[in-house]
Amino acid sequence: MLRHLRPGDYLTLLAGALFTVWISLAVWSGGAAETALIRSGGKVFREVPLSRDQQIEVPGPLGTSIITIKNRKARISSDPSPRQYCVRQGWLQHAGEIAICLPNEVSVELTGGAKRYDSLNY
Amino acid sequence: MRIEDQVKSGAPHSARRSILAPQSSILLDTTAEDHHVAKMAAVALGLTVLENAIPSPLPGVKPGLANIITLIVLSRFGWRAAAWVSLLRVVAGSLLFGNFLAPGFFLSLSGAVCSLAVLALSLHLPQRWFGPVTDSILAAFAHIAGQMTVVYLWLIPHSGIAYLIPIFAIASLVFGTVNGLIAASFMDNGGKADSERQP
Repeated sequence: MLRHLRPGDYLTLLAGALFTVWISLAVWSGGAAETALIRSGGKVFREVPLSRDQQIEVPGPLGTSIITIKNRKARISSDPSPRQYCVRQGWLQHAGEIAICLPNEVSVELTGGAKRYDSLNY
Repeated sequence: MRIEDQVKSGAPHSARRSILAPQSSILLDTTAEDHHVAKMAAVALGLTVLENAIPSPLPGVKPGLANIITLIVLSRFGWRAAAWVSLLRVVAGSLLFGNFLAPGFFLSLSGAVCSLAVLALSLHLPQRWFGPVTDSILAAFAHIAGQMTVVYLWLIPHSGIAYLIPIFAIASLVFGTVNGLIAASFMDNGGKADSERQP
C-alpha cells in the first residue's frame, strides 16, 4: 500500500495535516476569553461566551428583548422599549462596553479580556 | 478488477440498437469515448448508491467513493473525460435520489466543480513526485471548500458553520488519502503506469 505513495504525496499529506491542525486551532480555540453578561431586572440572567453565535431571548417587564451574539460581537437586535437606544447602539465588541434597555430592564455587558474602559464611568 | 469486469459486461450494443431502432427515433452519434465515459459514470453512480447506504455521523461527511472512479478516469483518459464522469454522476445521482435542483444537488455540484478545477491544476504537478493520493487529497479539500462556500453564501449564512470546518477537514484528509490509495492500487492492478496520463 505504501508503494503507491510518492514522495510528493507524503508532502501533501503533511501539508493537509498541518492545515487541518491549524484550522482546528484557529476555529476552536480562543473561545471563552470574552463573555457577555446579560442582566434582566438588575439580576444576572445569563453569562454566555462570545465564541458561539446565538440569539438569546431575555424576558423583561415590557416584553422580550433579543440579544444576538455573532462573530465575537454582541448586540441587542430587538427590544420593546419605545426609543430603541440600546438597539441603535449596535454591535458591542470590546470588554467593558454595555448596552442598556432601560424600560425593559435588560442589559448586555461584555466582560473578560483586557478591559479598556468602563463605558458607564468613562 | 471489479471495475474492469463491469466495463466488459457492459459491452457495446450500439450496433444492434441501430438496426432495431424505429425510423422515427433519433440516433445520436456516439464515439467510443462517449461509451467509456458513460460506463465509468455508471460505475461511479453505483458507488454513490452504495455509499448512501453507509450511515454517516454528520451530514456531509461521506467517503466519496465515486471519486475513485474520477481519479482513475483522470489518470487514464485525461481531465475532460474525468469532468464528464464526475458531472454525469452528480446529475444522474440527483435524479436517482430525487434531489435534482434541490440544495443537496447544488452542494454535490459545487463540490464536484471545485474538485475538478483543482484537479485541472494538480495535473500539472510533476508525475514523478505526485501521484493519485495528492490529487485525491487536494480534490477532497477543494470539494469541501466549495460546499462550505455554497452553504455559507446560500443555505446557512451564519459564521457558526465555521465550527464544523475542522471536522470536514479531517474527513477530507482521511477519505482523500484512502480514496487516492484505492485509486492508485486499481491503476496498478491494471498494469498501466499512470505515466500515460494525458494533459
